[in-house]
Amino acid sequence: MSAPLQRSEGVWQAAWRRFRGDRLGMVCGAVVLAFVLLIVLSALGLVAGGWQRERGVPNAPPGFVGPRAAEGAAAVAVPRGPNADLSEVDPLAPRYAEWDARAAAFRSVEVDKLQTLPLGADKLGRDVLAKAVKGTEISVFVGVMAALVATLIGTLLGAVAGFFGGRSGDLLEWLYNVFTSIPGILLIFAFAAVFGRGIGTVVLILGLTGWTGIYRLVRAEFIKHAVRDYVRAAQAIGASAASRMFRHILPNVSHVILVQLSILTVGFIKAEVILSYLGLGVPVDQVSWGTMLAEAQSELLLGHWWQLAAATLFMAVFVTAFSLLTDALRDALDPKLRGAE
Amino acid sequence: MAAYLLRRLWQMVPTLLGVVLLVFVLFKFFGGDPAEILGGLNASPEQVASIRQQLGLDQSWWVQLGLFVKQIASFDWGRSWATNEPVARLFATRLPATLTVMLPILVLDTLLAIPIALFVATVRGSLTDRVLMIATTVALSISFLVYIIVGQYLFGFQLGWFPVQGWSDSVWTNLTVYAPLPVLLALLVGLAPQTRLYRSFFLDEVGQDYVRTARAKGLGEGLILWRHVLRNALIPILTNIGLALPGIFVGSFLIEVFFSIPGLGREVLLAVNRSDYPVIQAVTIYVAMLTMAINLLTDLLYKWVDPRVVLK
Repeated sequence: MSAPLQRSEGVWQAAWRRFRGDRLGMVCGAVVLAFVLLIVLSALGLVAGGWQRERGVPNAPPGFVGPRAAEGAAAVAVPRGPNADLSEVDPLAPRYAEWDARAAAFRSVEVDKLQTLPLGADKLGRDVLAKAVKGTEISVFVGVMAALVATLIGTLLGAVAGFFGGRSGDLLEWLYNVFTSIPGILLIFAFAAVFGRGIGTVVLILGLTGWTGIYRLVRAEFIKHAVRDYVRAAQAIGASAASRMFRHILPNVSHVILVQLSILTVGFIKAEVILSYLGLGVPVDQVSWGTMLAEAQSELLLGHWWQLAAATLFMAVFVTAFSLLTDALRDALDPKLRGAE
Repeated sequence: MAAYLLRRLWQMVPTLLGVVLLVFVLFKFFGGDPAEILGGLNASPEQVASIRQQLGLDQSWWVQLGLFVKQIASFDWGRSWATNEPVARLFATRLPATLTVMLPILVLDTLLAIPIALFVATVRGSLTDRVLMIATTVALSISFLVYIIVGQYLFGFQLGWFPVQGWSDSVWTNLTVYAPLPVLLALLVGLAPQTRLYRSFFLDEVGQDYVRTARAKGLGEGLILWRHVLRNALIPILTNIGLALPGIFVGSFLIEVFFSIPGLGREVLLAVNRSDYPVIQAVTIYVAMLTMAINLLTDLLYKWVDPRVVLK
């Protein structure tokens, strides 16, 4: 009797084993995970929910810089001498008493504005740290959603083109040629001109214009796999075309799709930042890294660098970690490509 | 050759038709009503109806598509809705500014990236190589916006080495006074990824047999790199330049916006903000045509740099 057959390692298990060996990849994964946690907390409103509250004095410096030196109040000379009595000629004079009585009905509270905040405040006195957290949520959300839309379109079209070929393949190739013959940024602008503004719109625009790369790759994979033995075996036992495409082939090419998805995410996060800066992205009542940078430009001229630094830092840490994680993911899922870059 | 050229041109026709159709459908069925946009907020229904008639919007969609194709073929797009400037003139007046900035960027980027990448490829695996690669990843993760904002503030405002922004009518003044800062910043951002890309092209080549042969017959490293490796890596480099080339006509709109350069990219962005459809449509379609022409040209250049390539 031979020894019982050893169950061979699955593709995901093998990938996980390779990924665990990549120390840089693991660290980056932890950083990304921490960001995801932050984003979930922020989306649930547990963190940075009150980012719109004006908590500090306008442009309050960060805590580690210390409060700004009080500006000379004597910039405008306080006039001296007796106040002239204008009540004779003041047409509003008879109504002052009435207004005072009405105002007394309301309770007004003098809110203490903080002199410093952990990462400073913007020109309205909003907490930059809270804005950066909320901005992270929006920017990453837009990037991920847009990448999902693009991946969905690209995978679906690529699968159809690669699996069926023929007429539908030609038609999709034509569509691909049309989309790639227009420079990406012009395509985005044309879509933006038509669809307007808003978070959903940005996701849609980036998704609709960014599917071409993944389409190409998925199509090539499907052409390769469609004639393999396991797919023909599936056909022989009566699996429908849809079942062969999505239940048999798709799992075998999913690692390609996953890597592309994360590459697209990085690209779309950067694109969202630029679109939001240009005013084509998130609306004014939302905050993203892009709108923060847009505000930071004029603040920098006045020497208020903290909003710029905060947005840049959050973005740089997240995008670097995510890019390196993507590299590690690609190495783990597709060992053939290691070092090919 | 002539047969190849003809066939490639013939293949462009459906793609071009597709681009026209895409732009038409996008603006016709998803965009706002041009008559409402043109009429403004206070237009009376009669005014809107009259604009609609002038633009041919009351015709059936295929007649409108015909009008659209006629506009493209005759280069007559009428006037910009926002500024009343003839759209055809936009290209003539805005393109030079864009090219004044973008051509130096493309040329310098390529000329600097090739030697640096050759150097990095020879020290592959060393500390220099690894540090450079990580620095590139970090540098790339910072938005282009930050580089421009900080660069403009530092070099233009604080140090005063360059004017913060501006543009003149003289090409020479533009090149020597106003273009250097945008070009410098674009190079700062673009050089690292470009080097990284070219490094991978060179690395593909340095392991080849012909390099070993060249070493075996006693050629110097410099000669091997510059004469043998570079020549063989020219095809992917050329492809890369070909891909970047259409971009220089739209320009880096971000650079143009920040430095107030009256170029085509900024014009398109303004048009998007003003819902100025004719400008966007015209730029999109002509730049798409240009892209196709450049792709064809790149393919022809392959044959020139590598006689082994067979055009079919």
